[in-house]
Amino acid sequence: MSEKILMKGNEAFCEAAIRGGVRFYFGYPITPQSEIPEYMAAHLDDEGGCFVQAESELGAVNMGLGAAASGGNVMLSSSSPGIALMQEGFAGLCVCHLPALVVSVARGGPGIGDIRPSQADYRQATRGGGNGDYHLITFIPTTVQEAVDLIYEGVTLADEYRNPVCILVDAMMGQMMEPIILPAYKKTFMTDAEIRSHKPWALTGQGKRAEKNRIHAMPWSPEELMATNLEQKAYYDKAEKELVRYEATGLDDAEVVFVAYGTPARITGEAMDMLEEEGIRTGMIRPISAWPYPYEAFEKIGGKTKVVITVELSFGQMMEDVKLGVRGRLPVSLICRTGGVLFTSEEIVSETKEILKGVTE
Amino acid sequence: MKTVFEYTKNMEEVSTSYCPGCTHGIAHRLIMEVLEEKDITDKTVGIAPVGCSIAAPRFMKIDMIESFHGRAPAVASGMRRVLPDKYIFTYQGDGDLTSIGGNEILHAAERGEKFSTFFINNAIYGMTGGQMAPTTLIGQKATTAPRGRYVEKHGMPLRMCEIISQCQCAVYVERVALDTPVHVRQAKKAIRRAFDVQEKRLGFSFVELLSTCPSNWGLPPVKAVEWLADNMIPYYPLKQFACPEEVK
Repeated sequence: MSEKILMKGNEAFCEAAIRGGVRFYFGYPITPQSEIPEYMAAHLDDEGGCFVQAESELGAVNMGLGAAASGGNVMLSSSSPGIALMQEGFAGLCVCHLPALVVSVARGGPGIGDIRPSQADYRQATRGGGNGDYHLITFIPTTVQEAVDLIYEGVTLADEYRNPVCILVDAMMGQMMEPIILPAYKKTFMTDAEIRSHKPWALTGQGKRAEKNRIHAMPWSPEELMATNLEQKAYYDKAEKELVRYEATGLDDAEVVFVAYGTPARITGEAMDMLEEEGIRTGMIRPISAWPYPYEAFEKIGGKTKVVITVELSFGQMMEDVKLGVRGRLPVSLICRTGGVLFTSEEIVSETKEILKGVTE
Repeated sequence: MKTVFEYTKNMEEVSTSYCPGCTHGIAHRLIMEVLEEKDITDKTVGIAPVGCSIAAPRFMKIDMIESFHGRAPAVASGMRRVLPDKYIFTYQGDGDLTSIGGNEILHAAERGEKFSTFFINNAIYGMTGGQMAPTTLIGQKATTAPRGRYVEKHGMPLRMCEIISQCQCAVYVERVALDTPVHVRQAKKAIRRAFDVQEKRLGFSFVELLSTCPSNWGLPPVKAVEWLADNMIPYYPLKQFACPEEVK
């Protein structure tokens, strides 16, 4: 196992992807993730792969679609308005049952917004801006190490589920440096023969295959499109059984249960220590998968809890999922900032006390 | 007995979905014949556009995918990275290539992507029902230009070969037409040269094929062919804009 090294989030994401098997990356510069195309430009050629600086995010996602259609292991990345442009291609990857790893480094919005951390793209990742019945399998890590591990695994999951896997982080995680342990290199399949044997559906030229391959971006009839969608739904059903991930602490006797992910989960952790010192028992549900969402975690909340508080950098986009998990059994409140503004742990503590006062009065 | 003519094995034995007098069928067949004659059918991947010819994978017997409107050159660029030794082509209409896909085609040409684009220019949107395209001629009526295209409102029709040939890595650029047997034979030679350029890894190759759309032009097939010759060829001159020595 390799030793701990200090690495910037965006660069660590790339290294994890390369070690996980990504060999084709298509990107367009946008802050706060421009270190990703820069790192890939410097390193992918040496790994026998390729980086192309696309003309736009639309170009990038469609290049990714083409490379994935021919059996390459593809990564795409961007930040909020750039991810908005890529939505066309995400829907396309899904209808074509094509794997890809997507790293989304979210900044303030809506629109051009700003370049500071935000979680206002939770809906963009989990509900999608593309058209049709599809999901991105979405993970929402909290540390650079967790992102590295999920990216590494995500390359394989995308292949297994024949669907894009999105790693959604806030700008802080892309920009900060943390000590990490990098995983070992996975074997990649790059030659014509390897691609034909591992991805028999890939467009490689018919060669000695008995039939031509066609990837259905547009099935010919409503019935065929429904059949295609149902094929993908079988993968989504499997994901809902097998990919639900979260961490839960202190749910048995917590007075307040926080729900948070990414940078806010770390700040909330500090706030929880401060509240415990004042005698207020706290617990936390930290979702690691955003789609499929860990609704089941909320069943574990004990009888002493008075309120569930979502702490996020959006007007409560994840709170919608929290409410689905809570199913009306407890009040759900929100501590939030937007537009790239962060909260301090002290602010979370004082806002929590206000909320507690409200629900106990 | 000596066989002097056979229908190409590369076309599926089905009727196409194209209207009577539409030249998509000719363009499809020419490309498929060239693949067969060059013996590269099993090494070729095609990318269909959005438009009438999104149906091309139903008729061409090769590995194929349909792409989003205008994005075929981006899809081909990505594919080329995974398949460095294969033959790749995009087949795109004029709405797809000149309007919504203007950026993708320009930058594929700029990068000198080593695939071929076959650009079917019939000066109108076909599948969506006869709307004005960037290539619609002055005076030509369209459902979104009911009084005909005029300069003050719509500007001048876009000449793509003239634009693409400005990119120095677009090494082979030629405009041909599908209106007469002579022109059809010239078109086939141009298609072959485009694949020769790929074979020799020389750069991007682009062939524009002036085509008919009798249904949306409101003309019977023979009149449509005449309209192409009388109106399109004068504005879109048949010409080789760039051609490397190696494939001449």
